[in-house]
Amino acid sequence: IYTKEFFLERLSYWAFVSAAQTLRPIKPPASHYLVFLFNSVSLSPEYSLSTSSPHRSPPSHSHRCRTCNRWCLSLLTSSGNVRLRDLKLQRDAPWSFLAVGAQLVAANPVELAVGNVVRRVLHIIREEDLSLATAAVAGLDLLDASDDDEDVNGKGIGYPGMSAAVVAAAARSTLRPPSLQTLLEGTPESATVPYTSSSGADSESKTADKSSITRKLKHDVIEGVNQLIHEIAGCHEQIAEQAIEHIHQNEVILTLGSSRTVLEFLCAAKEKKRSFRVFVAEGAPRYQGHLLAKELVARGLQTTVITDSAVFAMISRVNMVIIGAHAVMANGGVIGPVGVNMAALAAKKHAVPFVVLAGSHKLCPLYPHNPEVLLNELRSPSELLDFGEFSDCLDFGTGSGSPLLQVVNPTFDYVPPSLVSLFITDTGGHNPSYMYRLIADYYSADDLVM
Amino acid sequence: MDPRRGPLAVPKVRRVGFFTSIEPSPETPRPNRSLSGPAEAITSSSPLSDSPSGQFISPVQIPPSRHHSDNLASRAAPVPVPGPSAFRRQLANDRALHVGSYNPVDSLLGTSPPSSNGEVSEDSGSLFGFQRSDSAKLSASFPNGGFDMTLRVRAPQESEAKVAIASTSDGRKKNVEASGEGESLAAKPRKEKETKSLKEKTSKAERRAIQEAQRAAKAAAKGEGSKRAGESSRPKPSKPAKQPQPKKEAPQVTSSVSEKRAVSVEKERRMDVPQTQMQYDDKSRVDKAKRRSVVEQTESKNKVELFLHLPQYERGNQLPNLSSNIFSLDTIHHAVYKVGLQHLAGDIAGDNARCIAMLHAFQEAINDYTTPPMKDLTMDLTAKINGYVSFLIECRPLSMSMGNAIRFLKNQIRKLPVDLSEPEAKASLCSEIGRFIDEKILLADKVIVQYAVTKIRDGEVLLTYGFSCVVEMILLYAHEIGRKFRVVIVDSRPNLEGQKLLRRLVTRGLDCTYTHINAVSYIMGEVTRVFLGASSIFSNGTLYSKVGTACVAMVANAFSVPVIVCCEAYKFHERVLLDSICSNELGDPDAIANVPLRNNKKHSKTMDNNKNLQFLNLMYDSTPAEYISMIVTDYGMIPPTSIPVIVREYRREDLLL
Repeated sequence: IYTKEFFLERLSYWAFVSAAQTLRPIKPPASHYLVFLFNSVSLSPEYSLSTSSPHRSPPSHSHRCRTCNRWCLSLLTSSGNVRLRDLKLQRDAPWSFLAVGAQLVAANPVELAVGNVVRRVLHIIREEDLSLATAAVAGLDLLDASDDDEDVNGKGIGYPGMSAAVVAAAARSTLRPPSLQTLLEGTPESATVPYTSSSGADSESKTADKSSITRKLKHDVIEGVNQLIHEIAGCHEQIAEQAIEHIHQNEVILTLGSSRTVLEFLCAAKEKKRSFRVFVAEGAPRYQGHLLAKELVARGLQTTVITDSAVFAMISRVNMVIIGAHAVMANGGVIGPVGVNMAALAAKKHAVPFVVLAGSHKLCPLYPHNPEVLLNELRSPSELLDFGEFSDCLDFGTGSGSPLLQVVNPTFDYVPPSLVSLFITDTGGHNPSYMYRLIADYYSADDLVM
Repeated sequence: MDPRRGPLAVPKVRRVGFFTSIEPSPETPRPNRSLSGPAEAITSSSPLSDSPSGQFISPVQIPPSRHHSDNLASRAAPVPVPGPSAFRRQLANDRALHVGSYNPVDSLLGTSPPSSNGEVSEDSGSLFGFQRSDSAKLSASFPNGGFDMTLRVRAPQESEAKVAIASTSDGRKKNVEASGEGESLAAKPRKEKETKSLKEKTSKAERRAIQEAQRAAKAAAKGEGSKRAGESSRPKPSKPAKQPQPKKEAPQVTSSVSEKRAVSVEKERRMDVPQTQMQYDDKSRVDKAKRRSVVEQTESKNKVELFLHLPQYERGNQLPNLSSNIFSLDTIHHAVYKVGLQHLAGDIAGDNARCIAMLHAFQEAINDYTTPPMKDLTMDLTAKINGYVSFLIECRPLSMSMGNAIRFLKNQIRKLPVDLSEPEAKASLCSEIGRFIDEKILLADKVIVQYAVTKIRDGEVLLTYGFSCVVEMILLYAHEIGRKFRVVIVDSRPNLEGQKLLRRLVTRGLDCTYTHINAVSYIMGEVTRVFLGASSIFSNGTLYSKVGTACVAMVANAFSVPVIVCCEAYKFHERVLLDSICSNELGDPDAIANVPLRNNKKHSKTMDNNKNLQFLNLMYDSTPAEYISMIVTDYGMIPPTSIPVIVREYRREDLLL
């Protein structure tokens, strides 16, 4: 039942509804635009436009959406919709979207990728907005001041009022050093001052300016989000391209959990005629390792399934541990499938490289506190024990005096950065200690707390 | 611990000598000791043996053990009565013998020397090194049922040896040896194996040349030797054959004695380097083993490459085969057969349980045993036991503890007094086995519980992994005496033994938390102590236990939680192990392949015959000593570094049982 489309649908719908509640006036043109967008992501427009029935409960997305990637994509398409409604109130755009994003995140705080994507979109909106604003400012002084010139200026002058963190957060990519626009973006209020003042200077051209600027912003933001969608959809390939640099002939690789990124990574190396052997830990209560092994074998890799308990025994013959991350924290710690910490410790003990594959949308700008508990999800005991046998013990509420039996079945595991050798993201390989910097490139400092 | 200190005292003295000196010297202090007793013997004997084989052989000189004389030297008669040190040496030899026979795969399944089963079992232990070197010769001299003769001869030989011991004067021995010095020089190298001669770097090239020459001479003299043996009422074709005949009696005697010594030293040295296990990637040995095997096994098609050295058989067909053969196999006692089937089917799991079941089966088998006419009880019974053991191995590889128990049993058999009648011997063996079970396993467990329970305080959270009966006893006892604590049971596929423990603990009213091994680092934060069971502990402190134990210990170590291992001392083993690959047992791969997935059927169907996919079901892993905080054994609570001490000192004591 729970197909990808279904969730895309539900999500976009829900995002739309929540957006509709927060931003009241949605005019027909915006709706039309929505229809177009929905069509572009192959959703039925009829369904998504049936906004008049507001009683659908928000879908609890975490359990059903299989992978983070799919998640993010679905989220992005919906966030695209939200953003489109923002064109009406372009000045408030980040803030209204923030509210929507906060709701999305609150639906399942453990799905860190949701928050990441929301922040990314916020970042895009902020940046586009700002670049427009500064373009307007710059248009007053020197009509075609290029970005590069401004960059130089911005660097040279420096703004004492801006904190270094804001500067860093504003830098969108490593290729683009902190610029004047991004500096201004850090403080939207102050950024608007020159804009309004400038527009106020010649009031007759104000309305015309505004409409054109609005259109431009809309366009830019859509483009930015599309880029992001593209980036997330293509992160497997980007990461897999690097496989050949990391896997040599006759290597023995241990992996655990089921990650499409890992699958693509290994297969990419296989396609390049490297022959190697993969050990897959079965990943006990959910046996995702078996799924991964099945796909690996289907692609012709030599695969050996081992029990989770044999990880330590086998690690001495393993050349590299490769896992896919659920989320990468700002300190370089990794949240991965349960059992990862054990493998990481064993790898550390035997000096085996522990490599984490993660798309950039999994980089979470938060620093973890007690992530084993707070960023974890405990699943049903029925995966471990048959209810029938121990049900009287599991029954705490009745106070029957029977002994207490707890069944702990966590989903995720946290690996501290000290155990990670390398991150391979779509932008290349990075040290755990570099993660905070990478995160600063993707997110605005203002959005870290939602 | 204190009461045990007493017996320690003597060994300790000896140990000092053993340790302070370098490899060759360990035995050298001993001649000095014997010096104080029969002073005459030393002068002649020690230089004598020193000379031929160089420094390394010098220990040989030390008064030959009684056991030796039984086996080899008895026919040569004059052997000095072994002093206390000699007695120790005998123990050492016994131990060596155990080592030799411990892994019956080697001796029985027809790997190195054996021309016939009986022959092997006869001197599998004491002559192990010997036999190996001369395997070619032996088989050459044996083709015509020499084996039976040996057996027949053995009893008289032993009694004679005793007489000889009683009657021999040291003086005579000295004379003999002195006169035979030259001869022994020459004769000794003959017996030395290639391996040994390789070891003696100090020995000169010419000695080797002599060796070669004499080997040739010996081959020529074989026939003569057997003749001579016949006239000396010892028609032992094998051993006489090895001796150079054309010399006079006395020199011969000495030579054989010194040879024996050389062999014994060699053995003793080897004792510390326990027998290698059968490697299943050695085609020829496996083929040989297969020819003897009782259990039909087909090798699995999809082997895990890393574990080619371990047996990887198709599962599922042995059991029906075996149970259908149950009436046609008369070589295996039915009790043993039953235990074998139980091992195969997995009805008995857990090291202690398997060991006890096996010993009980042996008890039964011994009870039903009657010595065939013209055979010697000791040898025949040992051969029988070897047969049983190899059968059990085919059913399921032995655990280390079972190996130790078998060594004990064989030692008991070998040490049976010769004058014991058959029923008496059987009764004594059975009672010894019973005592072993009681003292080494059951009582030991009780002692361990007493010790370990002192480490449980109120409010603690104890983590245990899988199912260990000792740990279960500890937890239940601690609960019984009113300690308030919580238990975390970590379990793993495919056996899910933890559920058994969980069930037992919950029914007894303990608060439990149950989880799987992947979550161990999640749960470890709240744990205050980890209690683990063991399958064996090796002398480098490595804990060999159910797979996953190492993971738990490692995570506990990372969380700074003390790891307490509970292990009976009889499970200690003098082998060393570094990883879990070299020595392990592979379980049924299908147990892993079958997972409760929703789309499981499709899964297994598509996967079954794919060459690229293997399932690896490791049974054991080895935990490095650094993860172990403490080992609770029946000798007290010790650090893992003390394992070799226990193995060295108390194993001897065990042999005295």
